[in-house]
Amino acid sequence: MSWEVIIGLEIHVQINTKTKAFCGCSTTFGAEPNTQTCPVCLGMPGQLPVLNSEAVQKSILTGLAICGQINLASKFDRKNYFYPDLPKGYQITQFAVPLVEHGHIDIRVGDTEKRIGITRIHMEEDAGKSMHEGLDGVSHIDLNRSGVPLMEIVSEPDMRSADEAIAYLKQLHQLVRFLDVSGANMEKGQFRCDANVSVHQPGTPFGTRAELKNLNSFRFIRQAIDYEVNRQIELIEDGGEVVQETRLYDSAKGESRAMRSKEEAHDYRYFPEPDLPPLQVSEQEVASIRAAMPERPSQLRQRFENEYGLSAYDADVLSQTRELADYFEALVACHETDSKRCANWMANELLGRLKEQGCEIDHSPVTPRALAGLLDRIADDTISGKIAKDVLDAMVEGGESADAIIETKGLKQVTDSGTIDAIIDKIIAANPNQVAQYRGGKDKLFGFFVGQVMKASRGKANPAMVNQRLKNLLAGM
Amino acid sequence: MNIDVNKVASLARIRLTDAESAELGPQLSNILSYIDKLQQVDTAGVDATAHPHDAAMPLRPDVVTNANRREALLSNAPNIDSGLFVVPKVIE
Repeated sequence: MSWEVIIGLEIHVQINTKTKAFCGCSTTFGAEPNTQTCPVCLGMPGQLPVLNSEAVQKSILTGLAICGQINLASKFDRKNYFYPDLPKGYQITQFAVPLVEHGHIDIRVGDTEKRIGITRIHMEEDAGKSMHEGLDGVSHIDLNRSGVPLMEIVSEPDMRSADEAIAYLKQLHQLVRFLDVSGANMEKGQFRCDANVSVHQPGTPFGTRAELKNLNSFRFIRQAIDYEVNRQIELIEDGGEVVQETRLYDSAKGESRAMRSKEEAHDYRYFPEPDLPPLQVSEQEVASIRAAMPERPSQLRQRFENEYGLSAYDADVLSQTRELADYFEALVACHETDSKRCANWMANELLGRLKEQGCEIDHSPVTPRALAGLLDRIADDTISGKIAKDVLDAMVEGGESADAIIETKGLKQVTDSGTIDAIIDKIIAANPNQVAQYRGGKDKLFGFFVGQVMKASRGKANPAMVNQRLKNLLAGM
Repeated sequence: MNIDVNKVASLARIRLTDAESAELGPQLSNILSYIDKLQQVDTAGVDATAHPHDAAMPLRPDVVTNANRREALLSNAPNIDSGLFVVPKVIE
């Protein structure tokens, strides 16, 4: 039997505001426990929440970027459950009328483009953190994160494979970072994913879904989805039935287990939040947020292809983050003559070297101007591309300029035909057998001679000239 | 309308004796039948009342206004350890 996989994703994105959603406590990550709390986010009686305007604006911006409809009047509700990291006994969220509805983003898997619907984006507050490890019979609670603003981005069940789910997630991850609405650091819990997964036979209604909770890396998300799909198919093919439940993926064991076994834990008893009147935003406000929208990744990719003639692949690599894109544009500004050379050297040479050093582009020891300095020397034939790679190694290592390294190491390319001829003469004299074979028609040996000459010149001979002079001299001219 | 008073109590983490359940059950059901009465009113074409006030939501600028007052804020907690609240173990 062939099974179709149905995946919908709920993503919690921490909005990068300075303060919490409903109080003036700082959101700085990693502070001493409970030092960023107040009576509001500790849920003390008689306190009133006041919504953070920046969180609203960033949510609207995100809504516009996914082509969503902004609800000019939206509401907040209480979602009731008991857990010690939620001191009020309820989470303030938007249940009935969210701020954003009916959006979408386009993803690409292989050569196929696909539109993934986004049902809604609603604002809500985060819970605190509970710690259990190494404690006997007790848990410890840190409420610094309690009340930090989140956007929950809920997709339609439009994804049909783990690949599509990952593509969607990556696209959204990139988008919120470009919009500067979230740090989206997954290790810090700023971008968290729950996946709803079910399987069915095409043409029949969707199967019962299981919800996979709190997947915090792209790799685990893929593993968890694959595991869940196999689990459900095996279960059904063995005559069993999928139950609607929440499952927790254990990345160490590579398997998931059911959690929140008690059905009633899902009875959240939503009701309108009496402490907050409806959130009203004006058309003008939405228009001005739209007008100030930064360039989105999809636009940037397109522009890199059109404006600089980059391949789709290079455009994609260099637009992964705003920092990469900014570096590339600064590089092109310093080396205007050849934007493709800029893209090649940045994507294929610089990024690889930085990765080895565990260094991000915005901390690159080689500035765009310095890299352009190296590319200038390739362009004016001072050095060959091969030597340039060695020079770049030294630049990454020591932070010196290309010119200084070329000068001190004596790497300047030899373009003087007399010097090159002299080297070639020596090589011809030293390899009479190969010369005879070549002249007897074994053309393949040409590469051997080029290699010998380059080696003898320690890579400094101009390759184009070596080619040309070798041809002539081997032909006996 | 009948209400499962034990379920409601369990959701609210309130422990009831049998006598209390027997007394509260009918009381809650009575309240709900009053709501049922309200639901008989024809409200087609009337917008849901989101809030009894007309006022729109006041917003707050994104500026840190709260200093660290951990000591005072934790002083009412029954059990603390190194600046953390200590609660009975909650993991499943």
